[in-house]
Amino acid sequence: MKQSLTLGKVANFIGLGFLGSLKDLFTGNLNKEEFKSFLRKTLVPLLSILLFIGLWHLGAKSLYNIEANFKIEKALNDQGPEAAEALKACIEAGTSSCQPNTLPSPSQVWDSYKSLLRDHNIIAADKASFIEKTAALNEKRLAAGKDAITYTGRPSFVDQIFRSLKTVFAGFLLALFIAVPLGIFIGLSPTLKSSFNWFIQIFKPVSPVVWYLLVFMIVKTLLIDSNEDSSFTISFISVGFCSMWATLVNTAMGVSSVDKDYINVAKVLKLGNFQKIFKVVLPSSLPLIFTGLKITLSVAWMVLIAIELLAQSPGLGLFVWEEFQNGANDSNAKIIVAMFVIGIIGFLLDRLMLTIQNWVSFDKTDAI
Amino acid sequence: MSTKTENINTGAVLNNIRFPSNDVMLDLNNLKKVYPTPKGDYVVLEDLNLQIRKEEFVTIIGHSGCGKTTMLSMIAGLNPISGGNISVLGKHIKGPGPDRGVIFQSPSLMPWMTSLQNVMLGVNQVFPDATKTQRNDIAKYYLQKVGMEDAFNKRASELSQGMQQRVGIARAFAIKPKVLLLDEPFGMLDSLTRGELQDILIEIWNKEKITAVMITHDVDEAIFLADRVVMMTSGPKAKIGDILNIDFKRPRTRKSVLEHNDYYAYRKHLIDFLEH
Repeated sequence: MKQSLTLGKVANFIGLGFLGSLKDLFTGNLNKEEFKSFLRKTLVPLLSILLFIGLWHLGAKSLYNIEANFKIEKALNDQGPEAAEALKACIEAGTSSCQPNTLPSPSQVWDSYKSLLRDHNIIAADKASFIEKTAALNEKRLAAGKDAITYTGRPSFVDQIFRSLKTVFAGFLLALFIAVPLGIFIGLSPTLKSSFNWFIQIFKPVSPVVWYLLVFMIVKTLLIDSNEDSSFTISFISVGFCSMWATLVNTAMGVSSVDKDYINVAKVLKLGNFQKIFKVVLPSSLPLIFTGLKITLSVAWMVLIAIELLAQSPGLGLFVWEEFQNGANDSNAKIIVAMFVIGIIGFLLDRLMLTIQNWVSFDKTDAI
Repeated sequence: MSTKTENINTGAVLNNIRFPSNDVMLDLNNLKKVYPTPKGDYVVLEDLNLQIRKEEFVTIIGHSGCGKTTMLSMIAGLNPISGGNISVLGKHIKGPGPDRGVIFQSPSLMPWMTSLQNVMLGVNQVFPDATKTQRNDIAKYYLQKVGMEDAFNKRASELSQGMQQRVGIARAFAIKPKVLLLDEPFGMLDSLTRGELQDILIEIWNKEKITAVMITHDVDEAIFLADRVVMMTSGPKAKIGDILNIDFKRPRTRKSVLEHNDYYAYRKHLIDFLEH
């Protein structure tokens, strides 16, 4: 009982409170009010999810029919009635070569999801056996002072998710380490503020694509001697530069708008600059800094897809682009799978930030 | 009653009385404050002269917006002086410093710190040579004095306004200032809590005898706490209008003050001034 209580608290804390009431429903200890709130918090979202899937299914079906009819009519006009009949039979038989290429249905997407997981398991097993096979050889090579042989097979979907997460976190950390200190300095000094203002105003609205190109120009030259693949470096730096503005602006604002009373206390006590910043200014602007960081993380995740695609850096963005170029029968369904994965991870990242914010911030009144 | 009125009338003369210099803690000399506005200068204070003796408790009353708070924040060093000067023990002040402790109108505690940490923030600054334990003891002593011994480790954001202001009082006394400046510290509290805090303040003040200047809107509070009540004229160009000596013996209790024969005469004098 105690265990589940703390679990419920954790669920509430990270904004998944409805899980708690779900548990109460099964254990049967709900009164009328609680039942109502259970309906509102759990059943209604579940119903809306079902409704969404239903509409999606119907929409996909009608798009499928439009595309199929158009194909058959085209065959009839171009090649005559026999070809049209053959095509119709082919479509109805479900042969993959003649399927209309359109929005995939929910069941197709689910199948693709499962096939991507199967694919991952195969690749993971392959990789494991490769490592096992080469272990002895690699030991010898390392002893002889040569480089170890590494697995260079195709990355699986799951590998690409982790690669994307890695890029986003590297970019996010870069943004954090540039924007927070810079924001503090700008917020503290009106001179710095006016000298940086034009810079912020001009660079803030620049699109991710242009940031990528800019970073590409610079990093390409800086790494001119290196044979390493620079796509990861370029993409994480681009992600960082694209996403840091929200944190920069919020930090500067938070620091410059610290309650005047706190500043007066610091003045009366003659706190040194270091003490003033770390004991008064930073803690009091923490809520705003975190709001900025939250926006930064979600922007980072959003621009990542476009930037990976441009940089040809392995990850979800590249996965989507390659599937689109691929044009295989289940490519569209895989793209939708990637879309959901991107959305869900984005949501989880947002919750993660909120949890950290609630944990470090003094202001507990912020509603989830 | 009539004799008392005569006695009070002499109060107006006190306006220009100069005390012997070794008795003066705080000296405001021809103090002036001007705010430049697009329509020309706005003079808040002009030719303001006031001397406050060592171990004296002075309250200041006057209409809202007359410049009381401006004057107090100039003494604290938080507001630049436009003309004249302010000196503490004969030395002109330059900017803020812990020799002039301030209790602000809002408690102004750092909400992310505990009560102890809030008091320690000042104590650490003022007694850098003391050991950690000594500093802790100082902070705890004053928190006990204001009745916060059960809330050392409570965050300021969890405390009620009244509790927060108690910590504010502890923080101000713990840095052992030469002058204590209080800017309507109880203005935001309900009357019951206000009474409690007045008692706490005067009890701790009776021990420490730190020269205190306190702004208040409350005539009864002004009389109960003060050795002298300073009345300021309405702005612009506000100055000292009148000074009233309160000759009650210390330590005072609320009951003895209310029952004192002169109490209503003092009260009438202040209200007459405010309403004239």
